[in-house]
Amino acid sequence: MSEIKKFVYLNRKAPYGTVYALESLEVVLIGAAFEQDVRLVFVDDGVYQLTKGQTTDGIGMKNFSKTYSALGDYDVNKIYIDEQSLKDRGLTIDDLQDLTYEDEDDDWAEKSSINVVSREQLAELISEADVLLNF
Amino acid sequence: MKFALQINEGPFTHQASDSAYQFAKAALENGHEIFRVFFYHDGVNNGTMYGVPPVDDRNVQQQWSELADKHDLDLVICVAAAQRRGIMDEDEAKRHGKGASNIAPKFRISGLGQLIEAGIQADRLLVFGD
Repeated sequence: MSEIKKFVYLNRKAPYGTVYALESLEVVLIGAAFEQDVRLVFVDDGVYQLTKGQTTDGIGMKNFSKTYSALGDYDVNKIYIDEQSLKDRGLTIDDLQDLTYEDEDDDWAEKSSINVVSREQLAELISEADVLLNF
Repeated sequence: MKFALQINEGPFTHQASDSAYQFAKAALENGHEIFRVFFYHDGVNNGTMYGVPPVDDRNVQQQWSELADKHDLDLVICVAAAQRRGIMDEDEAKRHGKGASNIAPKFRISGLGQLIEAGIQADRLLVFGD
């Protein structure tokens, strides 16, 4: 397939409590094989998906948070965090996992995949999408 | 226009599948194309043949099966989501040592790649659900 589309995955929900975060991540990992222009957005409670130090022992759920750190290896390296959603929850970027990728165009230098964005930038990201998958 | 639909909720608890069905029906009646309908999350439960709603209510699964029969729709149930929730065709049932399949007519089970492909091929991908 020669056509490349902008896929935006809009992650809006907490990692546990519902299955949407886990099953969104499964789509992202499978979708990575299609070599499209992929962006991941985390907004509202979705910002909790990327928090550090998640433990699920007490709730009997599978802890899939480590999978996010593999996204860079799948060439999924455009990750956008809504700044307002962090603020509303008393979180800062330091509460989130440090997701990185190796830039093949820059001698495989390790770079951050994470971009903190304003609501205006978020609106632009969404309006630019060819395919918007919201979870 | 060429549409693809993604349905993220099961029948009856949410209206998502009904809304998607009404959309698909109206789009087809107006000469548009439905490239694929992809059932994900609890949406896979739309594809069980064992639902028997009261006779004075709609049968969501049956509506889909009939629409697919009439218009040759591609109704795809995500395999990973279906395995978690117990929706199986003959092959899946055999592979997992289950007694019988429960997939409804005109539905088929396949992978998430079918959703991505639908996003690429269709002019618009519409998502129904919460």
